[in-house]
Amino acid sequence: MAGDQAARDAVAHIARASYGRLVAWLAARSGDIASAEDALADALARALETWPRDGLPTAPEAWLMTAARRRLIDQARRRRVRREAATTLVLLAEERDRAPADFPDDRLKLLFVCAHPAIDPALHTKLMLQTVLGLDAAVIAAAFLENPATLRQSLWRAKVKIRAARIGFVVPEAAELPDRLAAVLEAIYAAFGTAWDNGARAGLAGEAIWLAQLLTELLPTQAETSGLLALLLFAEARKPARRDPSGGFVPLSDQDTALWSGAMIDAAETSLRHAASLSAPGRFQFEAAIQAVHADRRRTGRTDWDAIALLYEALFVAAPTTGVAVARAAAVAEAQGVAAAAALLDALPADSVADYQPYWVLRAHLGIDRAASLTRALALTDDPARRAFIVARYGDAPQG
Amino acid sequence: MQYMLLIYGNEAAQAASTLPPAEAYAPWIAYTKALKDAGVMVTGDPLAPTATATTVRNHGGKRQVQDGPFAETKEQLGGYYLIDVANLDAAIDWAAKCPGAVYGSIEVRPVGMM
Repeated sequence: MAGDQAARDAVAHIARASYGRLVAWLAARSGDIASAEDALADALARALETWPRDGLPTAPEAWLMTAARRRLIDQARRRRVRREAATTLVLLAEERDRAPADFPDDRLKLLFVCAHPAIDPALHTKLMLQTVLGLDAAVIAAAFLENPATLRQSLWRAKVKIRAARIGFVVPEAAELPDRLAAVLEAIYAAFGTAWDNGARAGLAGEAIWLAQLLTELLPTQAETSGLLALLLFAEARKPARRDPSGGFVPLSDQDTALWSGAMIDAAETSLRHAASLSAPGRFQFEAAIQAVHADRRRTGRTDWDAIALLYEALFVAAPTTGVAVARAAAVAEAQGVAAAAALLDALPADSVADYQPYWVLRAHLGIDRAASLTRALALTDDPARRAFIVARYGDAPQG
Repeated sequence: MQYMLLIYGNEAAQAASTLPPAEAYAPWIAYTKALKDAGVMVTGDPLAPTATATTVRNHGGKRQVQDGPFAETKEQLGGYYLIDVANLDAAIDWAAKCPGAVYGSIEVRPVGMM
């Protein structure tokens, strides 16, 4: 039936657009994400029953919120012996008279709960994807190459802890904010990472960009938030150029700039400019600035390696990781030559680079102990497309 | 909501400390006062060393009494505070201020509600 389909479409559309807002609003009052999700699922099921019959409500989102809230209150009444349930009841009832159409956006609180230091960092990203975006655990598990049943269990346990230990649905105070925000940004970046390294996975780049965009709207004066959004947009803009038609890996320097998304680069530049205007530099802004210099190649036809090497130096101060050190050496090689890069690479602690694939690829690329470096690089490369690329460019590892 | 702050530390290292007792206790006295002043303290005590511990089981109706703590660990439970605060975030803030957090670990556990 047409009415049926329209209702179904409306429910699907609202579920996508408002899921996180509704879960956040309910969970911020009950402290219980799992119950909020259940209540919302129940409300969505009711909508599918009644909307085709009675027609779409004038404010569908408010309708869902009222239905979900009623469900939560019913559940809480049934468990009234429990003190925590009584709290839920009070909090939800207090909001009874509020006009539900303009209920507050509590998604920022929910994001901070998902990336709370009392929650296993490996679950931060996954909790966000599930509770803010309403992504199914099976989809999340596929993106992270994990067993769906195991992940479902871990997410459930995390939600039990959030409720039972009563993790606060609050935006951290100023003193705590930088560290807490860093965890949220890391988690969003990790979602983007699922789409980056492995061509075989569907990845969650779109979801990560959506979350970064949301965060810039919720925290418009935090420079690193806009820096992260810029970084993700710059990287995503190059996606169409990153693989050749047969799926082969195309390195940045060989990419056809005409395939880059101009609109996305423009949006990235706007976001980075906004970040810079806040005068609070940080890791994600430096990374985005490096990408901005790369993106300029589409206008100038060349890459300003001196600028990139300088930005990497600043990035290394902000984030002294092995990955940054190796990328910096690659930029220095372009700007100043192999000797300067080799000196940087040789200065890295041996145990930190032993299993770090990009380190060995770069050494092979620069011709430092070429054969040995190539052997190590190939032994550490899982992705077939990347492997094929390395073999095509530098030859196969020497046998025996 | 009530949270138990379980204070773990290395007993042997503490026993070997040459700090005069008054100096060793001063931060604990100040911390306890801060908890009371904030109105969050329910109760709290130090525990005698694990050398005084006895572990008791009554599995299958058979009483078993054994010398020593429940488990031999690098850090031992040395005391506790029971506090009443709004949420885990507030409990973590108090745990971070506990003198025991400087050399050992504080396990923060919500008190279960039956």
